[in-house]
Amino acid sequence: MPDLGLSVLLKGKNLARLLGGLGVALKISLISIAISLPLGIILGALMTWKNPVCRAILRCYLEIIRIMPQLVLLFLVYFGTTRAFGWNLSGELSAVIVFTLWGTAEMADLVRGALVSIPLHQYESAAALGLTRRQTYQYVILPQTARRLLPLSINLITRMIKTTSLVVMIGVVEVLKVAQQIIEANRTSSPNAAFGIYLVVFLLYFLACWPISLLARYLEEKWR
Amino acid sequence: MPEPILTVSHLVKRFDALTVLNDVSFGVCKGEVIVIVGPSGCGKSTLLRCINALEPIQGGEIRLHGERIAADNRNLSTLRQKIGMVFQSYDLFPHMTVLDNILLAPTKVQRRAKAEAKEEAMALLRRVGLSEKANSFPRQLSGGQKQRVAIVRALCMHPEILLFDEVTAALDPEMVREVLEVILDLAEQGRTMLIVTHEMQFARAIADRVLFLDGGNFVESGPPEEFFAHPQTERAQQFLKTFTFERKR
Amino acid sequence: MSWEFIMTYLPLYQAAAVLTVKIGFAGIALSILVGLGCMLVQYERIPLLRVIVGAYIEVSRNTPLLIQLFFIYYGLPKIGISTDAATCGVFGLAFLGGSYMAEAFRSGIESVAPIQEESAYSLGLNRFQTMRYVILPQAFSMSVPSFMANVIFLLKETSVFSAISLMDLMFTAKDLIGLYAKTTESLFLLVVFYLLILLPVSLLGSLLERRVRYAGFGA
Repeated sequence: MPDLGLSVLLKGKNLARLLGGLGVALKISLISIAISLPLGIILGALMTWKNPVCRAILRCYLEIIRIMPQLVLLFLVYFGTTRAFGWNLSGELSAVIVFTLWGTAEMADLVRGALVSIPLHQYESAAALGLTRRQTYQYVILPQTARRLLPLSINLITRMIKTTSLVVMIGVVEVLKVAQQIIEANRTSSPNAAFGIYLVVFLLYFLACWPISLLARYLEEKWR
Repeated sequence: MPEPILTVSHLVKRFDALTVLNDVSFGVCKGEVIVIVGPSGCGKSTLLRCINALEPIQGGEIRLHGERIAADNRNLSTLRQKIGMVFQSYDLFPHMTVLDNILLAPTKVQRRAKAEAKEEAMALLRRVGLSEKANSFPRQLSGGQKQRVAIVRALCMHPEILLFDEVTAALDPEMVREVLEVILDLAEQGRTMLIVTHEMQFARAIADRVLFLDGGNFVESGPPEEFFAHPQTERAQQFLKTFTFERKR
Repeated sequence: MSWEFIMTYLPLYQAAAVLTVKIGFAGIALSILVGLGCMLVQYERIPLLRVIVGAYIEVSRNTPLLIQLFFIYYGLPKIGISTDAATCGVFGLAFLGGSYMAEAFRSGIESVAPIQEESAYSLGLNRFQTMRYVILPQAFSMSVPSFMANVIFLLKETSVFSAISLMDLMFTAKDLIGLYAKTTESLFLLVVFYLLILLPVSLLGSLLERRVRYAGFGA
């Protein structure tokens, strides 16, 4: 029975190194999420304003960010800023910048969608009851928006974590890079380790994202 | 008394623990118009749905010309063709024109020639005053027009019995009449019909027999003049009272 | 910016874009088939297969394409399943996209009101006829917006193909940056070519969505 990587994985600190690599990826996504959620909420709310200039600017930002593959954005920031401004951003910082820009755009779109999905008569009946604008938002609109929004933003977190896997392409040492190093180091002793190691990386990502997806679905069904 | 074409015997229908229909029995003879009335949630619609095997039943049986209507009957499609059904609302196929809605079942199920079926469909549409709408989509029609098309769609299958499930309940008041008049016209042609409705004036005008359903079974039945003028049971009296108003001061 | 450089390497980008589009659309076509299969299995509640499809959808939606590709391209050959890079790209994209398409079709079917199925049955249509003439045509129109969103999503995902040494747009850009340090030009071409691929699809998407919304069947 040829070794498919299990023994390599258990050798020395290999498993711990892999987990450490996953930690790097998760750290990047969590920082980006922490910044993009509040920013996205603000931008999303601004997008429902009637000011045409404000709306046009935000719309442009949204469309530009969302039409480009995230990897292209990573390249633009990582390679492009060095050239254009002489900055020498680290891979991790570039990743945080890109995922924050992207996450903010996605979040803003979710917030806008949730706000406009509240039917007009909800505003009207609140007004008819004599509620002020602030009270209308506080008691009627925002609670409904939050229920629609929460599952979607939790889903955005899993998308963020999955997208973070791309940072290996701009040289960040994360779980995939560590996996490559481990496989390379054991090339002669276990030539088939790639199967087991990559399978483990696959499962690690699954285990990181799946519980979050389940939570999102649970909330979605509960609040339908 | 002629032999009934549709017989329902000892029908029991439950939704989990809730018994909706409990030992319901009755028959419908050819050419007879039966109106079923009763308070909301008494199981009138469920009864019609059972007759078309849209709901599984937990006891008793339903037979059309002696043949059992049930989901496990291999002949169900043929039986359903003999039973026309019109629902409360929204049952036209939105992606097809009025004509295609009507022709779908005659051409695909009964495999009739398209030209012949179309001729009949157009004649029926003319009869309900909608021939110029043949190529419209359902979304372009008013609620009353949609229901008239739904009736034509059922008629075009040459059913032996028609089931109407609160067909005017979702309509604006001014459209109720145009639909009910089509049904009155069908009664004059001698069609066999089983009608669930909340329109008491209409029930009185069209019914040969009124069945009052409450608490899972028929509480009272009789010709409309008697039922509406002199209801025998207290529950029927209570029910009919809900349609009249008295000034309180 | 050096136009001379741009003109020299334009053909390279063109070839890369063609490769991206070819693999992208082949993968999307396969995703549609996978998605349809999964949707039918789930809708018809076929035992056992239903569980497998459910597990596949969870795994596929909760792992990144890059990791899926690495496993297929570098992992699977070790147990005797090897594919060339292009095939791997198509299969990888289909593995990812199948679940997204399945979900789009499923929500399309679920948005068809039950009364539609019932009135078809009451007219005597059998299960197959009901599916063929009544449910599916409506379900497809309903799933157009999420379907188009998936197509754009999958086309964007093709940008990771360079990781399995496919000479796609990303690969070409990175190569030129490394070789000649012409970063601005390389990135400019990269963005232009991605826009050329993605903009038309995106515009088509919003056009279709508007059509579905306004010409929608409605009640």
